[in-house]
Amino acid sequence: MDKVPGIRPRPTVGRLLDMAARRGFPGSTTALMLLVTAAPLGVPGQAELQASIALASVFFWSLFRPASMPPAIVFALGLLADLLGYAPPGVGVLTLLIAHGLALRWRRVLVRQGFLLVWLAFVGVAIGAATIQWALTSLLTFRLLPPGPGLFQAAIGAGLYPALATLLTRAHQTLAEPEQA
Amino acid sequence: MIRLSIPVRQALAKLTLPVLIAAAFGLMLLGKADALLAERARMALADALAPIFGVLAEPLGSVRAVADDAQDTFSLYSENARLRDENERLRRWQSVALALEAENATLKANLHWIPDPAPSYVSARVVADAGGVYARAVLLSVGPNHSVTKGQIALDERGLVGRVTELGSRSARVLLITDMNSRIPVILEGSRARAMLVGTNGQRPRLMYWTEGQLPAEGEHVVTSAEANAFPAGLPVGTVHYSSSNVPEVEPAARLDRLEVVRLFDYGLRGVVPPESNGSLRAQGPERQR
Repeated sequence: MDKVPGIRPRPTVGRLLDMAARRGFPGSTTALMLLVTAAPLGVPGQAELQASIALASVFFWSLFRPASMPPAIVFALGLLADLLGYAPPGVGVLTLLIAHGLALRWRRVLVRQGFLLVWLAFVGVAIGAATIQWALTSLLTFRLLPPGPGLFQAAIGAGLYPALATLLTRAHQTLAEPEQA
Repeated sequence: MIRLSIPVRQALAKLTLPVLIAAAFGLMLLGKADALLAERARMALADALAPIFGVLAEPLGSVRAVADDAQDTFSLYSENARLRDENERLRRWQSVALALEAENATLKANLHWIPDPAPSYVSARVVADAGGVYARAVLLSVGPNHSVTKGQIALDERGLVGRVTELGSRSARVLLITDMNSRIPVILEGSRARAMLVGTNGQRPRLMYWTEGQLPAEGEHVVTSAEANAFPAGLPVGTVHYSSSNVPEVEPAARLDRLEVVRLFDYGLRGVVPPESNGSLRAQGPERQR
């Protein structure tokens, strides 16, 4: 824990709890967003929105705060998304894990870049994720599904990312920062 | 906690992602091998969420109603004129229908017609969309002590909605007629030709396999057929409409995009056995033979 030398407050129970809550923030808010987008909001394209929000959130946190978005949490989020989104179980898990892995791998390069390049990288990930989900769902249901909803899902993800990233960047600097506990 | 040396711990941390990816593939195989398990998990989650969605649905419904009201105020004048027109037309049809009903009753009385038994039904609130990206379905909140069974037929106030495919203890999933796994035997009301209504995940399901030489006519009414003993005859499904690529489709009579309450009818038809009872029948097989 003591990677950085310096004076820091004593680790009291309250502070430890606070830190744990801040570490759990990315996972719990993503799960909450999944549940909220499963509610009957009557928004057109809600299923696609749900899939995109999970992907964008996992990608963002894996990129900027991987310690708070470990693979096990990604796995659990993927399972929740599959169960809520009525996809064959495992499909969402796999796409989220791949997005997580890619974000970790590109981390060293992307974190130093501006927003535009990160967004472009996410657009690539969203297209890839929609393709994988379409192909796997087609394979697992033994029928060629129309590619339209997949494209729509990728487009929604690409359009949603800037807004979501703005919010999450705020949270990243304040609510989800264990150092601020 | 087990104390591990730093290189071992780093190696383990690197291994987590590949292992979890392998687990995801395992999950896919498991879901394919035991479809029931995935369905149970899904319905357990839906059961837990259904009451919450049920509570949420009311304020959301009132918000939508206000928005609709605001829109309606703008089209009040033209709507009024249209309704007056339609009322006029319907009044004419009403007299025809009453005459036909009376004639039908006398004919049936003369023929010693066995009347269809009146089906029992329950009404349930639609609490959420349960389709996901590649399916068309809705989730119903049915309360803890319900009598809903798989294969029951869902109708709204205008026409056929779908069938109950998955059942939890307080929720039920209804596969809509627009879902691409939906196949419904229908009759074209004008020509009495049979056909299959095949869902495409789009707004309008497609008509297929109609009787040769009996091309579905634009605007023709489509009703369910009692063939295969899965549906009772004569439930309103929709009207034929040719798409721009000249494919006969059916415009559903039910308002599938704004379902609020549906009625679940029990016609006692077990022609197409739902998957779960099929599996349990196989499990009970040896005992039955004994």
